[in-house]
Amino acid sequence: MNIYLKLFSSFCKIGVLTFGGGMSMLPMLRRETEFKRGWVKEDELLDWFAVSQCTPGIIAVNVSTFIGRHVAGWKGALAAAFGMVFPSFAVIVAIAAFITSFSHLAWVQSAFAGIRACVCVLVLNAAVGLVKRAVVDPYTLALYALVFAGSAFLDLSPVLLVILAVAAGIFLKILKERGRKA
Amino acid sequence: MIYLKLIWEFIKIGAFAFGGGMATIPFLQDLAERTGWFTQEQLADMIAVSESTPGPIGINIATYAGFSAAGVLGSICATLSVVAPGIACILTIARLYDRFRTSGIAERTFYGLRPASAGLISAALYALALITLVNPGKAGLAFFNLKPLALAAVLFALTNLAKPIKGAHPVLLIAASAIIGVIARF
Repeated sequence: MNIYLKLFSSFCKIGVLTFGGGMSMLPMLRRETEFKRGWVKEDELLDWFAVSQCTPGIIAVNVSTFIGRHVAGWKGALAAAFGMVFPSFAVIVAIAAFITSFSHLAWVQSAFAGIRACVCVLVLNAAVGLVKRAVVDPYTLALYALVFAGSAFLDLSPVLLVILAVAAGIFLKILKERGRKA
Repeated sequence: MIYLKLIWEFIKIGAFAFGGGMATIPFLQDLAERTGWFTQEQLADMIAVSESTPGPIGINIATYAGFSAAGVLGSICATLSVVAPGIACILTIARLYDRFRTSGIAERTFYGLRPASAGLISAALYALALITLVNPGKAGLAFFNLKPLALAAVLFALTNLAKPIKGAHPVLLIAASAIIGVIARF
């Protein structure tokens, strides 16, 4: 089999067998790319995971792009990334069409009311984990509070808030480093 | 034209949402408000479906949102656009790999980015809770949506305190909540 097809089908498989993305795909990714195919070594994989978390976009797609490029250049990168995207895309399109045609039924609405309560908790748990990693000192606490207020109460654009927070963060971090040296 | 608008909006989300699928939620809330392509309730349903189906949440949500806005072609535009900035970024960084990791730039950028991401998700949660757990127009006890609120409190306690449930897959929690919703007539 052609290497691009192999990359595409391997990442399709990883995409089908992982729920949730991000870190939850690491075990599956290791099995497929490290043990079975020998495309990467463990420490490389972890490094790429770290970089993928630091770059914008979907972590799983970013990691796939890295591995695909490592194996077969930029065409390999695209084959791997599209392999990762394809199964989720297909499943969601099928389900979305299905749900749209059933959503007017009373029991379906009750089910989704229950599900929404559950979603609140899932998002809350994700937010708690994120806050623990992000808020490490008074400066980051202030940034967190300001971004929250700006988004929740002032309805400012998330893009604007991200740009402002990064700029403020770089400034504060440099101030902090200077303060330590002095 | 709606497809060009979808592409532009989802490229922005792909470029500015850091930290995985949940990070796209605040952007989608903003998008829903500005465009009316889907409602906040539909967004909550999308999150549930995305958590319960295979694949990265970020892709699932983008596909679903694109589909709600403009059908199958819309979902293709949204999905490809949300991954494009990340792929471009990775292909660039792969060339400068070592320099990127050891320079202080990454660390300094993250110092402000992480709290921003956490703040945005918290604000998204606040908006989500407003449409799900309370009735903002009413006073007194009617202000609270008692059944969903009770379910959420129990789930929160279970997912944080009970060891076996802590590691339970979200799809199980979502399925259980759907069944409770039907039985208790939420």
